[in-house]
Amino acid sequence: MSRGSGGGLDANDGRVWLGTPAFPEAARTALADTQLRHNLRHATTTIRAKRLDATGEVPHWEELREAGAAIKRRTARHLDHYLEQLERSVTEAGGTVHWAGDAAEANRIVARLVTATGAREVVKVKSMATQEIGLNEALGAAGITAYETDLAELIVQLGEDRPSHILVPAIHRNRAEIRDVFAARMGDWGRAAPQDLDDDPKALAEAARLHLREKFLTAEVAISGANFAAADTGTVAVVESEGNGRMCLTLPRTLITVMGIEKVVPRFADLEVFLQLLPRSSTGERMNPYTSLWTGVTPGDGPQDFHLVLLDNGRTDVLKDTVGRQTLACIRCSACLNVCPVYERTGGHAYGSVYPGPIGAVLTPQLVGVDKAPSLPFASTLCGACYDACPVKIDIPEVLVHLRARVVEADRDRRALPTPEALAMAAASAVLDSPTLLGIAQRAAAAGGRLTTRGGRIRRLPGPLRRWSATRDTPPPARETFRTWWRENRERR
Amino acid sequence: MTDERTDRPRPGTSPAEDDRHDRTDTGRAAVLGRIRAALGDVPADETPADVPVPRAYLRTTPPDDIVTLFAERVGDYRATVVRCAPEEVARTVAALLERRGVRRVVVPDGFPPEFLTRTDADLVRDAPPLTVRQLDAVDSTLTTVAVAIAETGTVVLDAGPGQGRRALTLVPDHHLCVVHPEQIVPDVPEALARLDPRRPLTLVSGPSATSDIELRRVEGVHGPRILDIVLVTSGTPARPETPETSETPETPETPDTPGART
Repeated sequence: MSRGSGGGLDANDGRVWLGTPAFPEAARTALADTQLRHNLRHATTTIRAKRLDATGEVPHWEELREAGAAIKRRTARHLDHYLEQLERSVTEAGGTVHWAGDAAEANRIVARLVTATGAREVVKVKSMATQEIGLNEALGAAGITAYETDLAELIVQLGEDRPSHILVPAIHRNRAEIRDVFAARMGDWGRAAPQDLDDDPKALAEAARLHLREKFLTAEVAISGANFAAADTGTVAVVESEGNGRMCLTLPRTLITVMGIEKVVPRFADLEVFLQLLPRSSTGERMNPYTSLWTGVTPGDGPQDFHLVLLDNGRTDVLKDTVGRQTLACIRCSACLNVCPVYERTGGHAYGSVYPGPIGAVLTPQLVGVDKAPSLPFASTLCGACYDACPVKIDIPEVLVHLRARVVEADRDRRALPTPEALAMAAASAVLDSPTLLGIAQRAAAAGGRLTTRGGRIRRLPGPLRRWSATRDTPPPARETFRTWWRENRERR
Repeated sequence: MTDERTDRPRPGTSPAEDDRHDRTDTGRAAVLGRIRAALGDVPADETPADVPVPRAYLRTTPPDDIVTLFAERVGDYRATVVRCAPEEVARTVAALLERRGVRRVVVPDGFPPEFLTRTDADLVRDAPPLTVRQLDAVDSTLTTVAVAIAETGTVVLDAGPGQGRRALTLVPDHHLCVVHPEQIVPDVPEALARLDPRRPLTLVSGPSATSDIELRRVEGVHGPRILDIVLVTSGTPARPETPETSETPETPETPDTPGART
């Protein structure tokens, strides 16, 4: 668990935060946290049920998923074309487009734009892209304070915590913990929490409203992400619930939007697909309370200075891999997290990335390189629930298996000597090729199995298999092989 | 970048501009170059149209009564829907404003004046534009809508006549909008087809809400906490009993909608 850790964001070229221990170790710690497991089980089961109701209501849900996947496929295969078109459309509508190759470049651009306005504070809409690049920390280093305005992000920011879920970043916290964070920390950032604050969600939301109101009404500059941007019109979309998004996108004079290059869609009309897929998949609602769509600047209404920062930061590496490319279709709905048996038990922090859960297990290693996150492709049971839930049909299990192979290959290429696993596989291949050797091995296993079995299960295997068996119960080998049984019961009749 | 902002110091504008263009061009060329290199498997003569997008989802059957569906779906979001005949709009608006305790209400240009004849509330115009502080001091906003979506219970504002700029429906705590049946479309695709993407668009589905604390839905964090919708019932005679003080919403209200405002 990484609660309270500041974390070094630049440990991996600033691409995606991977500050914690590798997944197996982090997961072991998380599994021991019963409060966390309770909070997560409650949350994921609730959202799962809502999502099934909301998707089941749409008779053409599967056709929508097909269309969503196809639009994303078309976009990825012609990404340069659509980004250039988007740049033209946004510019014609009065916005300015910037291109950032990596996190450092994006942070430099944003810090320079904020500094040019003379502002020292910015309000922020919850955004994965700006978390990914560590923008708040970079702005802090440039003397600019960034205020998160999404309720969950506020909880995370005040608690010096890390987000643990794509949609509800403070899902690992219960109301009592949130009350304590608000009571202790709000005063350090602005208006303090009321003296008699209790842990009723209504009271906590009201405290957040009062705390942030002053910021909204005085902010000069806002920073957002983007859910979608239409290449043909230059229209950018932000989907939200609380109204903090609308506050940031409407009231300040300057708006800076940081958007991953994969978020472009070909046409404004394509939004009809994603505005149906996203709310039902993420919160299980027919539609989220607020969606803002804006095209450049509108004189007299909203920000008069609009900047769109197009972010690569490893995405072109993902694009290069013809199997992994489909990962770029992700619309960050978090449906895969909520159905994942591994996520439900370990929570999001164990993934060590701003992208947790099944999508994080495939996206993070591709963004930072599999050598920097080699355990993540294995953080899955390959049960396929994520693929079933994904509104744009990303075959996450396929990408997981593909990345596992890349991890193994990279590992083999690095080693002078074969691993015990490789040796065992070579031996197994020899034994399975020869009926005589198989017979000998099976008789030896039956004898050895009797020695190590306790209570019908082998808990610890000896020798080099000790580590492998530490996390698995192995059924004992049969006392009698199938071939022996066949001879006794069939051939002799 | 606009240069109207003479009221604010812009430190280092000219060096920063030069610098920006340099770096931006580098980033642009680098990113586009990497994209093209990454797409080596895509045939050079493939066009976007060669990647088919099946649109079978468009073949949906609109429900028989989209007006009723809209009213039900909006009600699911804990917004209040009141149906009334065209000649009863002014009375219904007045009754709702009174019920919400509204004293000062912003009325955007183009909002039909005949809907305002019965209310005693102070009507505030947004001309010259109100400052954010002035806007924060009013109780409510009245608007029309550009389009409404039945399937999702959504109203769409496009800053057109009767809707005003976006801040008007955001800062005050109460938003009342008048919807005509011909503005209601069955689903999201039809709604987008009717809209002009060059206008700033806001899709509103119920009052603002959060579920960030233990997934318990709480209405209203930053946007209006109360959304009232007056649905004009076309072609039906006025209901003589259309209430002055006890209007009956078409859909049952959830318990905590009225009085949620503090």
